[in-house]
Amino acid sequence: MAVGTGHLETSTGLDNRKLLMWLFLGSECLFFGSFIAAYLLYRGRSTVGPYPEDLVDIPFTSVSAFVLLMSSVSMVLALAAIQRGNVRNLQIWLVTTAILGLAFIGGQAYEFTEFYHEGLRIDTNLYGTTFFVLTGFHGAHVTIGVLILLSLFTWSLRGGIQQKDSLNVELAGLYWHFVDIVWIVIFTLVYLVQPQ
Amino acid sequence: MATIAAPRRSPLSRALRDARLAAEESTGLLNWLATIDHKKIGVLYGVSAFIFFCTGGIEALLMRTQLVAPDSDVLNGDQFNRLLTMHGTTMVFLVVMPMSAAFFNLMVPLQIGARDVAFPRLNAFSYWTFLAGGIFLNASFFTEDIFSGQLGSPDGGWFGYAPLSLKTYTPGHGMDFYALGLQILGIASLAGGFNFIVTILNLRAPGMTLFRMPVFVWMTLVTSFLIIFAMPVIAVALFELTFDRLFDANFFDPSAGANPLLWQHMFWLFGHPEVYILILPAFGIISEIIPVFSRKPLFGYPFVVFSGIAIGFMSWGVWVHHMYTTGLGTIANSAFGISTILIAVPTGVKIFNWMGTLWGGSIRFRAPMMFAIGTVAMFTIGGLSGVTHSMVPSDYQQQDTYYVVAHFHYVLFGGAIFGLFGGIYYWFPKFTGRFLNETLGHIHFWIMFIGFNLTFFPMHMSGLLGMPRRIYTYTDGYGWDLYNLLSTIGAFTIALSIAIFIVNFLWSVRAGKKAGADPWDARTLEWSIPSPPPHYNFAEIPQVHARDEFWHRKYQEDADGNVVPVMAGAAHATETAHGGDGHDEHHAEGIHLPTPSFFPLIASLGFPFVATGLIYDYALIPVGATLIIVGFYGWALEPATEEVD
Repeated sequence: MAVGTGHLETSTGLDNRKLLMWLFLGSECLFFGSFIAAYLLYRGRSTVGPYPEDLVDIPFTSVSAFVLLMSSVSMVLALAAIQRGNVRNLQIWLVTTAILGLAFIGGQAYEFTEFYHEGLRIDTNLYGTTFFVLTGFHGAHVTIGVLILLSLFTWSLRGGIQQKDSLNVELAGLYWHFVDIVWIVIFTLVYLVQPQ
Repeated sequence: MATIAAPRRSPLSRALRDARLAAEESTGLLNWLATIDHKKIGVLYGVSAFIFFCTGGIEALLMRTQLVAPDSDVLNGDQFNRLLTMHGTTMVFLVVMPMSAAFFNLMVPLQIGARDVAFPRLNAFSYWTFLAGGIFLNASFFTEDIFSGQLGSPDGGWFGYAPLSLKTYTPGHGMDFYALGLQILGIASLAGGFNFIVTILNLRAPGMTLFRMPVFVWMTLVTSFLIIFAMPVIAVALFELTFDRLFDANFFDPSAGANPLLWQHMFWLFGHPEVYILILPAFGIISEIIPVFSRKPLFGYPFVVFSGIAIGFMSWGVWVHHMYTTGLGTIANSAFGISTILIAVPTGVKIFNWMGTLWGGSIRFRAPMMFAIGTVAMFTIGGLSGVTHSMVPSDYQQQDTYYVVAHFHYVLFGGAIFGLFGGIYYWFPKFTGRFLNETLGHIHFWIMFIGFNLTFFPMHMSGLLGMPRRIYTYTDGYGWDLYNLLSTIGAFTIALSIAIFIVNFLWSVRAGKKAGADPWDARTLEWSIPSPPPHYNFAEIPQVHARDEFWHRKYQEDADGNVVPVMAGAAHATETAHGGDGHDEHHAEGIHLPTPSFFPLIASLGFPFVATGLIYDYALIPVGATLIIVGFYGWALEPATEEVD
């Protein structure tokens, strides 16, 4: 579909774009894995404060993590809707997912600001460096995801997404769920597990 | 996708369509800027990489001129550092990787019987992003006053070791260009890696099972997997370095408690798979050449394929052999010493496979074969010296000496560059319809072979006598003088051989001896179509029945086991090969190839703007970001194939 190479079917039976997305996500695992490794290496090694235990607000971040997880549910519903040909529900769930994603990013912006006011900056200590860069890159991924969702929504308003185009939504969904899963790992390692 | 934007077209959309169709019709610059044809992109990759090869070579010649004798002052230490950094960075990221990418582009679709890669526009994006990154990196030379001898290029080594590469120890913008330039090049490599994996897995002609694929395609697949998993690791290391240098982060700052070995671990976790990214494509190329010029199938095809895969996996478990002397302890050093010795096994297997292919073959010593045999011989020497520094105590002695320089030039120049030249001589007739001049090819080979050994073999000696790498001068009395003199003479001998190649290339493109579709009596599908191939490659997608499909269409065994031409099949092969041009054109009418596009180029142009903006002036970042966004959205919204009214 992405190419006019004359192959009606692919050798593996998988759509080219879906295979591409899976490979991309595999590559992303190494990307986030490397940042997480750097965070873990430096956990509890900061020589000056503020330290994580002074700053982290687990109840607040739990709520925003819950919001992000729920956005995966609405993403699934969006895909289910278009696979049944229901464009109206697709639009509803795409917007819901985007709003939940934006709420998460809003929470992150609030958290970054709070930490900043309490004296944690990227150059303060190892915690500041690894925390802002790791969660910042995750936030950037969520932001790109929101842009993709809103683009799909706009596209569907112009009649560009019908039942036969559900793969577009599926690909966005794969990316969205991946970013969600990465957050589960980050939330566990960066927030829940604190150095003793 | 093609149907989405079709019904009502805005004036903008119509103008874009007209531009794309104009580019398709054009035979000049416009066509090259918008092309998404894998063959043209391959040519662009090859020519660009060769130009970078010459710049990297000139950097090497300047360094060798400085080192020709003790206490010379052609270059000062600062200039030497900058040249050695750019020489290494250029040869790895701007020469061997893109030259390999040129062959992926040119050959993979033809060898698997496809009309293009899976994502032609992504392919164009890879190329333009590579070029943008390469130009960005080299532009750093001019950020200081180059005419008074002030070079602005990176000066922290191609390995960019932090904390040394932090702003405190390496001021100036050189290492910013390094970190951001490699980041851009990484995007290009990643996009290419994804594209070729999907292409190889999904676009194979009917009947082309994985174990019927040519070995070059296999090696492309393994290399692409290494690329998509190794590049993110270096991307993270480079992001961390960039944050440290530009935003005062503390990833590598020991005074903030950072681990000074973090960079080395990340760099070599990327860096060791990277050396196989550099060498496996050349292995693939010579695995195509040696069987053709021995008139035998590759000996032990499954062994060659599986050892390639084994190398791919094992390359992730050997990185500490770059770091034995950093004090990780005997357990770590022993474990990685063992894994490093083990990775020599699949590599050695391949060497025996190539020798087994030659054994008893009916060998023709044509230019491609000379380079292929040269690759096997030179890589073996480099591989053996590699095994010597898998031994920890021995490596303690060799670390940071010229012995290591000798080793990696034997594998990367003696292995990769010889193999890539073999590929150029071998496939040149396919893409131009003409041979490279055979006599000049042999002269090129012998002069390069002699020059190469004259340059790098003495480095074993100077290294074992204790000459450290990267020093810009030395005093006499250490016994290094003669070896350095020989190395410098050798370096200029190599330059001479490259000049001969350039002459040969430019002459042969226009006036070389005509070559038919199958000038080498070869074995794989690319030789079954005319030379140069039509833009749609295959008029009819071939049906594959065997490994070495094209050979089996031409030859069969008679009752006594002798190879004899297949009369009926030969007729079929000849018909497909030599045209019956009218016949091909007749079929070609129904083939709709994707239309050229400008958006990949526009998106790629954004990256150097963002990078320059990060270094000098944030106002450039929105400019770059706009180009990237316009590029990606335009790309997503335009139909892959434009309909002509």
